[in-house]
Amino acid sequence: MIDAVSAGLIVLGLGFYLAGSIGLLRLPDLYSRLHALTKADNLGLGLLTAGLALHSQELFTIAKLLLIWLAVLAAGAASAHLIARHARRQETGR
Amino acid sequence: MNTPSLLAFDGLLLISIVSLAWAALATRDARRSVILFMAFGLVLALAWGRLLAPDVALAEAAIGAGLSGALLLAAVGGQQGARSGSAQNAGHADPQPAVRWAVTLLCAGVAGILGWALLESFDSSARDTLAQAVAANLASSGVSNPVTAVLLNFRAYDTLLELAVLLTAVLGIFALGQARPGYRFAGPVFDSLARWLVPLLILTAGHLLWVGAHAPGGAFQAGATLAAAAVVLRLAGHSHIGLPAGSVLRLVMVAGVAVFLLVGVTLLALGRPFLGYPPAWAGTLILVIESAAMLSIAATLVLAFLGGRPQALWQATGAAESVPPAATATPAALPEDSSGAATHGVCKEEQSRC
Repeated sequence: MIDAVSAGLIVLGLGFYLAGSIGLLRLPDLYSRLHALTKADNLGLGLLTAGLALHSQELFTIAKLLLIWLAVLAAGAASAHLIARHARRQETGR
Repeated sequence: MNTPSLLAFDGLLLISIVSLAWAALATRDARRSVILFMAFGLVLALAWGRLLAPDVALAEAAIGAGLSGALLLAAVGGQQGARSGSAQNAGHADPQPAVRWAVTLLCAGVAGILGWALLESFDSSARDTLAQAVAANLASSGVSNPVTAVLLNFRAYDTLLELAVLLTAVLGIFALGQARPGYRFAGPVFDSLARWLVPLLILTAGHLLWVGAHAPGGAFQAGATLAAAAVVLRLAGHSHIGLPAGSVLRLVMVAGVAVFLLVGVTLLALGRPFLGYPPAWAGTLILVIESAAMLSIAATLVLAFLGGRPQALWQATGAAESVPPAATATPAALPEDSSGAATHGVCKEEQSRC
């Protein structure tokens, strides 16, 4: 039962990564591409860590997985913000 | 564990490594090339992990992808700034076809020799006997991680010389003149990330140093992580990035080599071979040496990222009285003064050499 839920979460997470990658390649401009990419980072990795945490069932491993997810969340959000701000500044010519 | 799915994963890894390497070399845009190189380093770290070499994987991710990437990006940024100031692009024309072919042949030759050496080493039993020798003597090395045992005990001489090479590199960096002026404040979002990330990086560095005795980790990985904390602070626009000032910085720079030599010479005086630790003390001595080495490595990498002498040290030696004290607090205001001009001069020289 737990294995099935864990596998389901992982597959769902991979779906987000696939959608994010397709979005990165297909969407027309930088801002929508960033939007697609951050969804993959945030939710995709979140679902992936949730699935792996269920699979491992060891408290220390779960804490480490959670820390990795939080670090990627913070880094992803900040770098997406920086890239978007840089692009906007170049557009407006500041 | 050699299931077909793992084999497929290895195949994908291999294809990614080769195509990322090719893309990084083939692209015309220097910045894009550096970013591809960083991605290449991360995938390469994954490959080292698959080869069951987590120590190398950690070093590749921290130094190869992370810090080298930051260094290269800073260099590209500095070069583009210098280029917009001066219109000398003549040195950047494509090399002649003959030169290109010669380089290709040379690289192919080196790759061929390396491949041949690798194939030869698969046949010989030297690899196994070395691994057996390490395993047999691990108990007396003071640590239980075989990689640390080799680096800090059995082949401590090599590591001492590596640290000496790093020290020489710092002297070379100092010869470039004053460090580039810092970046301006990166905004509240990145700053709050830095405030959260830097303590975590310092903690991770301490963990890597400590855990190196019995698991993957050690002074080089810890030093690179510590240096990454300083790089994050500098990118966020802070003027104080944790580097000590003046003579303390000099002490930190030589700490690795100095402590290593001190331990070696003390052991000589006690009638033991140079760096031949007594087994009872080996663990403590290795930790002391690694702690000093971590500080030196971190300082070296940060100074490489700064690209010259930091302002505070310059002032301490009294070589630049013209720099007002306020300038150290706001490095973003520096490009106008003489130090900025000196840095640009260096950039131009580098350009003409390229």
